[in-house]
Amino acid sequence: MRALSRTLWIVPLLFFGLFFVYPVATLFATAFTATGRGIDSSAVQVITFTVVQATLSTILTVVIGLPGAWVLARFRFPFRGTIEALSVVAFVMPTVVVAAAVGGLLSDQGPLAAVLPTGSDRGLLAILVAHVYFNLAVVLRLVGSYWRQLDPRPEEAAACLGASPLTVFRSVTLPRLAPAIWSAGVIVFLFTFTSFGIVLLLGGPGQATIEVEIQRQALFLYDLPAAALLSLVQVLIVVVLLVAQVRLSARIGEVATRGALREPATKRDRGVVTLFVAVSLLVFLGPIVVVVARALRVGQAWGLANYAGLTTAREDSVLFVPPMTAVGNSLLFAALAAVLATGVGTVVAWLLSRSARRRWADSWLLIPLGVSAVVLGFGLLLAFDTPPLAWRGSGWLVPVAQALIATPFVVRAVLPALDAIGPRVRQAAATLGASPWQVVLRVELPMVSRALAVALGFAFAISLGEFGATLFVARGDRPTVPIAIYRLLGTPGEVNQGQAMALASVLIAMTAAAVLVTDRLRVPGGSHV
Amino acid sequence: MSRAGLGITGATVRYGDRVAVDDVSLDVAPASTVAILGPSGCGKSSLLRAVAGLEALAAGRVEVDGRDLAAVPTYRRGVGLMFQEHALFAHLDVAGNVAFGLRMQNVPRRIRDARVAQMLELVGLADRGSARIDELSGGERQRVALARTLAPEPAVVLLDEPLGSLDRVLRREMVAVLADAFAATGATVLYVTHDQDEAFALADRVAVMRHGRLSRVAVPDALLADPGDDWVADFLR
Repeated sequence: MRALSRTLWIVPLLFFGLFFVYPVATLFATAFTATGRGIDSSAVQVITFTVVQATLSTILTVVIGLPGAWVLARFRFPFRGTIEALSVVAFVMPTVVVAAAVGGLLSDQGPLAAVLPTGSDRGLLAILVAHVYFNLAVVLRLVGSYWRQLDPRPEEAAACLGASPLTVFRSVTLPRLAPAIWSAGVIVFLFTFTSFGIVLLLGGPGQATIEVEIQRQALFLYDLPAAALLSLVQVLIVVVLLVAQVRLSARIGEVATRGALREPATKRDRGVVTLFVAVSLLVFLGPIVVVVARALRVGQAWGLANYAGLTTAREDSVLFVPPMTAVGNSLLFAALAAVLATGVGTVVAWLLSRSARRRWADSWLLIPLGVSAVVLGFGLLLAFDTPPLAWRGSGWLVPVAQALIATPFVVRAVLPALDAIGPRVRQAAATLGASPWQVVLRVELPMVSRALAVALGFAFAISLGEFGATLFVARGDRPTVPIAIYRLLGTPGEVNQGQAMALASVLIAMTAAAVLVTDRLRVPGGSHV
Repeated sequence: MSRAGLGITGATVRYGDRVAVDDVSLDVAPASTVAILGPSGCGKSSLLRAVAGLEALAAGRVEVDGRDLAAVPTYRRGVGLMFQEHALFAHLDVAGNVAFGLRMQNVPRRIRDARVAQMLELVGLADRGSARIDELSGGERQRVALARTLAPEPAVVLLDEPLGSLDRVLRREMVAVLADAFAATGATVLYVTHDQDEAFALADRVAVMRHGRLSRVAVPDALLADPGDDWVADFLR
C-alpha cells in the first residue's frame, strides 16, 4: 500500500513540478529583475478597478441569486431540472462567448442602446452583467443546497411567535445562511477578481483588471518584468482569498440531508416561482439567443452566409486559416486536456483519499485553482521559451495549460466518490486476495466510474472554452475556437463580427452538449463538482 | 476444502499507549469453530483484524498450519473476513461479488461459475445471481457477504460481528445458515460476537475476552457449568 502511494506520488509531482511550480518560479524570478521599480500609480489604478468591479459583481450576484436559491431549496416546479442544468452550462460557458453576447446586447446597434448609459459606465455595466451570468450558478448551487438542508422549523416557530415573513428572513433565516452566503461570496469574488476575457473584451478605456494589464504588458508592450510583478501581486492576493475560502467552507461542513420539496401552494409562492422560472430562462438562454440571432443576421436580412464563410480562409482575415479548422483544433486539444486532467486529477484524488494529513493537502490543492489562467499562461510562456525546454513552438503546451486549469475540478468530482467507498470495502477486497493494484483497478475505479465520466466531461467543457492561458501558448496558425472568436471580434468589419458570432454559436453547441451529457450522468451518482 | 489450523501465540496489538490486545494465545483446530465472546471494546475485533493482517502485531505471532504470517500481506494470507457492514462491491452484481475472490486467484471461468452457483445455493440465493446489490434486503446482503467470504475456500474464515446489524428474527435465521455453511465447507472459523446465543449455537469452543485478555476458553457446556470467575458468570447471565 505504502509502496503504491509512493509510486503514484510521482505523477502529480512530475506534472505540477514541471508545468506549474517551474513556470510560476520562473515568473517570480522575472519579477525580481524589475529592480528599482515599484508599483506605480497606473498599477494602483488597475488594482483599484479590479477590486471595485469584483466587489460590485459579488454583491449583485448574491443579491440576485438569493431569491433563486430559496426557490430551488423549497419548491418543486416545472423546468426545475432544466434551470439547474442551464446554470451549469452558464458556469462553464466560454468567456469569449458571453463577452460577445453581452457586447452585442449592449452595443450601440443593440436593442437596448436607447436606455443605456454611454462611455465607461456602459463598459462597467457590461462587465457586471457578464459576471452575474457566470456566477449565478455558484450562488444557486451552494446557497440553494445549504438552504435545502436547513430545518424549516425555527422559521415556523418564529412565524408562530408573530414575526412577519420579512422579520423571519432577517432575524432567523439570514443568520443561519450566513456561512453559505459568505462562502459563495468569496468564491464569486475570487472568480471575478481574476476575470480576464470578459474585461478584456467588454471593458472601456481605463477599465483593466490585473489580468488584462498583465496580458497587455506581456504581449503588447513586451515589458516582461512589469507583467511578472503584477502577476506576483495577483498571486499573493488570490492566496489570501483562498485561505479565507478554506476557513469559510470548513464552517459549512458536508451537506448531508436534503429537505423535502413542496409544490408552491399559496398565491405568493406561485408568483415568486413563476417569476424565478421566467427570469432564469431569460438570463440563461438570453446570451445564446443573442449570439445565434447575430450570427444569422447578414446585412439587413437573415441568412447562413456567416456560417458558410467559416470554411474558407479569406485573404484579408486576421486568421491564417479557415475559421472552421479552429473547431478541429479545439476538439483535439480539449480531448487531450480532458484525458490528461482526468488522469492526473484521479491520481491526486486517490492519494488525498488515503492521506493522513487531509486538511493540509486540501488547502494546497486550491493553489492551482487560485493561480489564474493568465498568470499560468504567462508562466508557461516564460518557462518554455528557451532551450533545453523550448516547447512553446510545438503547440502541445495548449492541452497542458488547459489540463492544469481543469485538474482541480476533476479532483473535486472524484474525491467525494472515492471517500464514499469506505475502508471496509478495500479491506474486504484485500482479504479476498486483491493486491493493492488490483484493489485500485478492480474495485475503486469501477466503483467511481460515474464520477470519472463526470470529471472527463467537465474537464472537456472547461478546456473547450479556456481562453486566458491558451492565449499565451497557442500558436498563431493553430488557434482554438475561443482564440479565433477573440481575433475576429477584435477586427472591425461586419463580416468579422458575423463570423465571430457564428463561431461562438458553434462553441455554445459544443460546450452545452458536453455539459448536458455529463449532467445526465450525474443525477443518480451524487458526486458534486 | 483446505483443513488448516490457526495458531495465535502471545498476540499483542497497541494503538499508541493503549493496549487493545494483551498477550493472547488461542488455537483453532482444523475444521472447527471458536467464538470470541466479549463486550464492546474488549479487543476482540482488533485480534481478528491482526489475524487478517489489517492491524500490525506489537508482539506475538499468527500461524496457519504452522506457517508464520508476519511477513505475509493481507491479500496473500488466504484468510476470509466478513464484516458487520457487509462491505459489498456496489458496482458488481451478486454473482460478481461472490466470484471476486476466485477471479483474484485466476480460477478458470467454468470452475468459477460452478463454485459461485454452489455458494449461492448454500446461502439460499440460488436465483439472485444477477441481482444488483442495492436491490437486496439486509439479510440478503449478509448472505452474499458470507458466500463471497467462503467462495475462495480460505484456510481460515474470520467473522467480525457478522449479524450485528440484523434484527432478532433475521439473526436466528442467519445463525442456521452460518451453521450449515460451516459444516458443508468444513471451514476453520474464528467468530467474534457479543451475543452469547450466537456463540453457543455456532462454536465448538468459546473464548471469553475482557480488557484485551482471554478470561476463559472452554466448550460451551463446560463454560456454562463453570464460568471460572464472577465477571464471566455475570457476563453470561
